[in-house]
Amino acid sequence: MSHSTQVTRDLNRTENTKAAPPLLDVRNLRIGANISFPGEKNHHIVIVDKISFQLQKGHVLGLIGESGAGKSTIGLSAMAYGRGGCEITGGEVFLNGEDILSFNHKSIRQIRGVKVAYVAQSAAAAFNPAHRLGDQVIESALEHGLMSRTEATAFADQLFDKLGLPEPDKFGQRYPHQVSGGQLQRAMTAMALCSKPDLIVFDEPTTALDVTTQIDVLAAIKHAIRETHTAALYITHDLAVVAQISDEIMVLKNGKTVEYGTTEQIINSPQEQYTQSLVTVRSTQKPVTESPDKTPLLRVENISASYDGVNQILSDISLQLHAGQTLSIVGESGSGKSTMARVVTGLLPQQQGKVLFNGTPLPAELKRRDKEQLRRLQMIYQMADVAMNPRQTIDQIIGRPLEFYFGLRGAEKRRKVIELLELIELGEKYIDRYPAELSGGQKQRICIARALAAKPDLIICDEVTSALDPLVAEEILKLLLRLQEQYQVAYLFITHDIATVRAISDTIAVMYQGELVRFGERSQVLSPPYDDYTDLLLSSVPEMELDWLDKVLSSRRMQSAGH
Amino acid sequence: MLVRVANGAWAGLFGLMSNALEKRSIMLVHLSWGARLGLLGLIVFAGSAIFAPWVAPYGPDEVVGDVWEPISAQFWLGTDQIGRDLLTRLIYGARNTFFVAGAATLLSFFMGSFLGFLAAVRGGIIDQSLSRLNDLMMAIPTLIFALVVLSVLPVNMLTLILVMGVLDSTRVFRLSRAVAVDIAVLDFVEAARLRGEKTLWIIFREILPNALTPLFAEFGLRFAFAVLFLSTLSFLGLGIQPPEADWGSMVKENKDGIVFGIPAALIPAGAIAILTISINLVVDSILSRTTSLKGGRG
Amino acid sequence: MTVSLSNPLVMMVAKRTALGFLLLIAISVVIFAGTEMLPGDVAQSILGQSATPEALANLRAEMGLNEPAHTRYFNWFGGMLQGDLGTSLSSGSDISEMIASRLSNTLFLAGWSALVAVPLAIFLGMIAVHYRDGFIDKFISMTTLAAISLPEFFIGYLLIMFFAVTWNLFPSTSIIYEGMPFLDQMTAIALPCATLTLVVLAHMMRMTRAAILNVMSSPYVETAELKGLSPFKIIFHHAFPNAISPIITVVVLNMAYLVVGVVVVEIIFVYPGMGQLLVDHVTKRDVPVVQAAGLIFAAIYIFLNMFADIMAIIANPRLRHPK
Repeated sequence: MSHSTQVTRDLNRTENTKAAPPLLDVRNLRIGANISFPGEKNHHIVIVDKISFQLQKGHVLGLIGESGAGKSTIGLSAMAYGRGGCEITGGEVFLNGEDILSFNHKSIRQIRGVKVAYVAQSAAAAFNPAHRLGDQVIESALEHGLMSRTEATAFADQLFDKLGLPEPDKFGQRYPHQVSGGQLQRAMTAMALCSKPDLIVFDEPTTALDVTTQIDVLAAIKHAIRETHTAALYITHDLAVVAQISDEIMVLKNGKTVEYGTTEQIINSPQEQYTQSLVTVRSTQKPVTESPDKTPLLRVENISASYDGVNQILSDISLQLHAGQTLSIVGESGSGKSTMARVVTGLLPQQQGKVLFNGTPLPAELKRRDKEQLRRLQMIYQMADVAMNPRQTIDQIIGRPLEFYFGLRGAEKRRKVIELLELIELGEKYIDRYPAELSGGQKQRICIARALAAKPDLIICDEVTSALDPLVAEEILKLLLRLQEQYQVAYLFITHDIATVRAISDTIAVMYQGELVRFGERSQVLSPPYDDYTDLLLSSVPEMELDWLDKVLSSRRMQSAGH
Repeated sequence: MLVRVANGAWAGLFGLMSNALEKRSIMLVHLSWGARLGLLGLIVFAGSAIFAPWVAPYGPDEVVGDVWEPISAQFWLGTDQIGRDLLTRLIYGARNTFFVAGAATLLSFFMGSFLGFLAAVRGGIIDQSLSRLNDLMMAIPTLIFALVVLSVLPVNMLTLILVMGVLDSTRVFRLSRAVAVDIAVLDFVEAARLRGEKTLWIIFREILPNALTPLFAEFGLRFAFAVLFLSTLSFLGLGIQPPEADWGSMVKENKDGIVFGIPAALIPAGAIAILTISINLVVDSILSRTTSLKGGRG
Repeated sequence: MTVSLSNPLVMMVAKRTALGFLLLIAISVVIFAGTEMLPGDVAQSILGQSATPEALANLRAEMGLNEPAHTRYFNWFGGMLQGDLGTSLSSGSDISEMIASRLSNTLFLAGWSALVAVPLAIFLGMIAVHYRDGFIDKFISMTTLAAISLPEFFIGYLLIMFFAVTWNLFPSTSIIYEGMPFLDQMTAIALPCATLTLVVLAHMMRMTRAAILNVMSSPYVETAELKGLSPFKIIFHHAFPNAISPIITVVVLNMAYLVVGVVVVEIIFVYPGMGQLLVDHVTKRDVPVVQAAGLIFAAIYIFLNMFADIMAIIANPRLRHPK
């Protein structure tokens, strides 16, 4: 079946290339914004600088870049829309041969929702909470007089079916808060498709979803746009995702084009260094280490925990971690992996079970742990922004554990802080700055230094790289590995990102809905035979291969046929 | 000359406070023209209240002219219902207004923010009982509550300060508790807990520095409100009692002139308006330039 | 929609209503305690400083002051609920009768002020949103900031000065009586009504502006815009249903504020309402009247707040259409 769609699609493509002009033709697009801090002069900043591309009918162009690369802004320009103070300051955007930037308000309204539709990252916020999903899905088709209400409703039901939504004929009766995040994202795609547009702008449609949900939504989107021959601009920060769905890819950085070519070329033979680094982003790999045969540093025995005493968040978990090694706890939202960290730190006393540190049980409650026990177990957070007091300087932030645990003061303390700053590759010049003056990656480095200052045996890393752009995240992981080698510190790594797990773990624990599904050495956990959940989880992680999605889907179909 | 000294003192004080709060983001040079105007108003009023005996042209109870004389070179703002100089009365009245409103605001702040922080940090039953009691107090309009209580208590400055302070502390409680609760859930507070820091260290070193800006702004708003509230009570005859006078009671004394077209009552009323507008201008500027948790610049 | 207790909406509304009544009872305790427990002796205040101890004791017994506090409270509050508000100490007349006509006068004044202020505030709020960050918006913002800071009596006397004294358009004192022709009543309350309107207008308008802006900047309004809908449709179909609940909250909260503002305005314009009654009897230290009037003011205030909360609950689609 996927073979036959491929053929029709190729046929379409050849037809379309003959018939000029292109559907969308963006020439020398410039977008700027006026930013004003109270009490300061307005700054004009350039968000997008001289971007040009063409999109043929029925084709998909992937726009990829890190946060701040200007990709969403470019996507919205195809609808002549500037979000939050952004202003299109130069260039042309031709849609079906007409320059839509020169249109007046009324003509632009004839484009939006009719010729070009939009799918937002957070469907939960983008749907109006006051109206039924069905009414919102058919709204633009009705408003622009494209269909009658009966036709539109029938078509919407078809789309719901096509996108794999449950009970397609009743789905439209529901309100946004009554369905799940993955379903909302599909409903938003249905909403975009409902007025049969020529082009859909997908703005990170799967970024907010869990990886096992992402693959379904991604497959649904791919299926739907192919079936309807709709062209798309697919915006994402994840190159592996965009490789599955697009015909061409444009790589963006700081509002400028880095590289623009076919998906095949970008993935298999990237020309620019930046693109190469994106393609090979997970190069870091911790060498395999022997598991030492002594008392584990951390041992968790039959832990059960709950926030309210009723709903069990963790049930009967047992794990262990040796000194100088890394244990990754991997799972999706609701798996209980962060709760695990809270139990180990003493923030959430367990209901049952023991936490042993170097063979001695740790008191369940934080209050009852002594200073030495606290010192040896440090924590690094996901959001470095809020993990540091914004009113304290870097000196105060890193200096406090030195003072608190080791009684260092004055010049001695400052010397040690500088030493730590050098260790995390930042250096002395940062010592008197405030967190707000640092970039995301630099902030996370400061948090690492603060943890290291306590000379801990174990650092709990709670999603420490998830808020960072991939290249920055990679640097942080390298730093963590280097520090581990240097100081023999153990990491308890909480993450949802399989690639990170592969890169840094010695042992891996897979969690699902509060239970431990799989636990063991990295090589053992990541190789078959798998249990059902681990199989689903591992196979759902996008890989940097052109036909990864199709392969996975067909193998899953075969499996379910076989069962 | 005196005004300039006062000016300097206030600017210095304000500079110090804001420096402590924002390190370098609020400085006088950065203030909008509205805020500067407001600050100037505050300085003039506070300065003339402090230096009343030197600034005022006559004695406060001295009958110097006819009843309700119009504005003239001799009486810059005219005279009142028994022939006292209005400007002089205004300057001395400012002392009562500032003192009672200021003392009540300070009281409400110490009570409200202490209990608010306590509720936020201790949580549990302490938080529950304090918060419910506070909800109860806030369910009665402040003016009505004050009137009910003043029907049985002797009306004097101490009673006024206590009643206004206690009633107003409910608002401060709610704000400081909310601010502290918001900060207490942030990771850096959790990090401090995990480090093993004591409750007092967490309150004073982690939470308080981040709560100062909203609390400082609230202090301004509460003071403006206290000025209005005291003036209202005095206007109703239940505030500052004669022979003492504040701006509100001056409105009451002179209100009978209005129907004859004599604007004497409007002068103290206008003074109250200018004072509260000045405070609001300054506060507005502080609130618009800082969001509570950005730190550093911005 | 069937009404059953399993529906979270019905549950929430029922809970909020129950809480309102509980609050009212608690408030009555506070008011009673506030006046009875604080230092001061009712019998002493009636008879004056020169009263003999015997006379005081007799009066106390007569008024039931010797009974324990909770007995007196239950007698008082029980009477309140049945419409028996007791007798005035200063005049000896029945408080229910004293209050009846004054309460309707106050509600008359507050009601007309609300009728003027609410549509005006919402209209101005929408104007400010429409021209947001432009000159008109900044102008409205500055003037309302100033207006919030003005004491009621400043506005009131300023209006009297111009409209009553200089131009002689309206009376400076608002005397109304039963059977007064409607047009005369309107003329009489014109200035107090204008004062009250100005007092609440600024606040209500600012909050309306903020509420609308909050909704207008939400992602679902952007979605509507990107669907190419007309501005009219965006505002009335997408923004309005979500803005209505915050606006109702704003309006009702300001109504509650109006109830308090009325006290001062009645004094300024010598208007025969509840506020004047309350202030007069606080001065006379006539505790039973103060208790009754205070409780009525508090009850209106609590009722309005309860109403605002219930409207907000009803407007929430999550509660109207549970999972």
